[in-house]
Amino acid sequence: MITKEMCQIVSHKEIAADIFELTVKANFVGQIKAPGQFVHIRVSNGWDPLLRRPISISSFDKKKNQFTMIYRKEGKGTQLLSQLDTGEVVDILGPLGNGFPVGEVDKGQIALLVGGGIGVPPLYELSKQLTEKGVIVKHVFGFQSESDVFYEKEFSNYGETIVTTVDGSYGVKGLVTDVIKSLSFDCIFTCGPTPMLRAIKQEYSNKKVFLSIEERMGCGIGACFACVCKTGNDPSGNSYKKICSDGPVFRAEEVLI
Amino acid sequence: MNRLNVELPGLKLKNPIMPASGCFGFGREYSQLYDLNLLGAIMIKATTVETRFGNPTPRVAETHAGMLNAIGLQNPGLDKVISEELPWLSQYNVPIIANVAGSVEEEYVEVAREISKSPNVHALELNISCPNVKTGGIAFGTIPEVAKQLTRKVKEVSEVPVYVKLSPNVTNIVEMAKAVEAGGADGLSMINTLVGMKIDIKTGKPILANRTGGLSGPAIKPIAIRMIYEVSQVTNLPIIGMGGIQSAEDVIEFFYAGASAVAVGTANFVDPFVCPSIIEQLPELLEKLGFDHISECTGRSWKQNGQLAYHRS
Repeated sequence: MITKEMCQIVSHKEIAADIFELTVKANFVGQIKAPGQFVHIRVSNGWDPLLRRPISISSFDKKKNQFTMIYRKEGKGTQLLSQLDTGEVVDILGPLGNGFPVGEVDKGQIALLVGGGIGVPPLYELSKQLTEKGVIVKHVFGFQSESDVFYEKEFSNYGETIVTTVDGSYGVKGLVTDVIKSLSFDCIFTCGPTPMLRAIKQEYSNKKVFLSIEERMGCGIGACFACVCKTGNDPSGNSYKKICSDGPVFRAEEVLI
Repeated sequence: MNRLNVELPGLKLKNPIMPASGCFGFGREYSQLYDLNLLGAIMIKATTVETRFGNPTPRVAETHAGMLNAIGLQNPGLDKVISEELPWLSQYNVPIIANVAGSVEEEYVEVAREISKSPNVHALELNISCPNVKTGGIAFGTIPEVAKQLTRKVKEVSEVPVYVKLSPNVTNIVEMAKAVEAGGADGLSMINTLVGMKIDIKTGKPILANRTGGLSGPAIKPIAIRMIYEVSQVTNLPIIGMGGIQSAEDVIEFFYAGASAVAVGTANFVDPFVCPSIIEQLPELLEKLGFDHISECTGRSWKQNGQLAYHRS
């Protein structure tokens, strides 16, 4: 059930350079089905910016009716969002989309969680749930530079966490794909920039890989056909998946990226 | 007192509010949010003969008080719309206005002929104004003689009234309206989106993969109002007005300009409940403004006192 709700802000803070952690109270938390779902936020009551902002749910607490999002302050919309204080309310539509299938990996197996930049947050709830299930989780996260790194300690509570930075200012210098090569695992869950997802999809076609894809969205519920991608193995080239409502998480072989 | 029921060719509407084509799919998504029976009508997504994937992504870009889209008429094709989408929609007591698109005259004619046979399709919206496809679409919407000819051909085969959706991307909108009226149109819907572009400040390239897209949202409302104001005075055709409607006040403004019903597009993305909330707010606003019925508002901006219906204020 998708709900539009005025959600009260419980906490809101900057946790890395331009990276904000926002926790709100919402009655629809009980409707969240899986890690990796997202919400659509209206950042202003006016018409500029006009559209909602899709932001992934990074963790939720059904007992407290709260959920947390982590976003990067980048454009006008997230700039406005970042100015909201604890106690204020924000118009949120959610929960939306389909998340990571926790059931696809068994107790005792190894799941590799690979995140790039602002693609890291939805993996947090996933890591928590996989760990609770008895799955061994390993994390590999890529950031531009030291000031961009967040949640390393939080993820470390659940499993081995390797951080890479493009400029080498923190952790391993290089890309996540360089590090993954040396690791053993049964399946991959990943979220991040498309080139990273593409590289992982190509390299590990023999493994179970789940991708969370990002695209510019309109409605966020599947009606406007803005965020579509082509499906794999379709000679006609006409079949498609809607990222907002069929995804944002897909089996790698389901989609062409 | 029902202040909102209106009658237009082929359409007996419980209220004059409908979601605009392309902003509402075939209704399935929004049906998860509210009862579609609340709506006056539904303008379903443009339908072509064959399945169309549409344009590459990115397909949307936000602009000041608006957005650009270049979806490219993605749709499941005529057969699927007739066999799956329309029967699904028939569970609701809401007339459907089917948006008919194509790249050549024959395609428009085929879609119109077949889709107008569906029992819940009460009218067609002839899409001669999509700015986002390379062939067809806008070519039919910018040359009066071509638009007239196409309207005539579609009218010959359609079993229901035909509303022609006008493009604002013309020098003389009045001329286009008169042309399709001469071609036998039963009504007009206006306006479609305005062709625009947004360039990424970092890459220096257009954001949309299609480079250009159609501008919609509050930013285009004054243009829609002006065009409806001009067209409604010189044709006898009823107008379904659209272009940036966000509120009950906007609806009244469209009626004042000359509309007899309205469609809400982009605002559905901002507030998915916008149509039912406008429908709920309208009676109170009409009462405040001194109208017994919304149809009293049509053309008020240009009608002389003698032409105006009784007004209490």
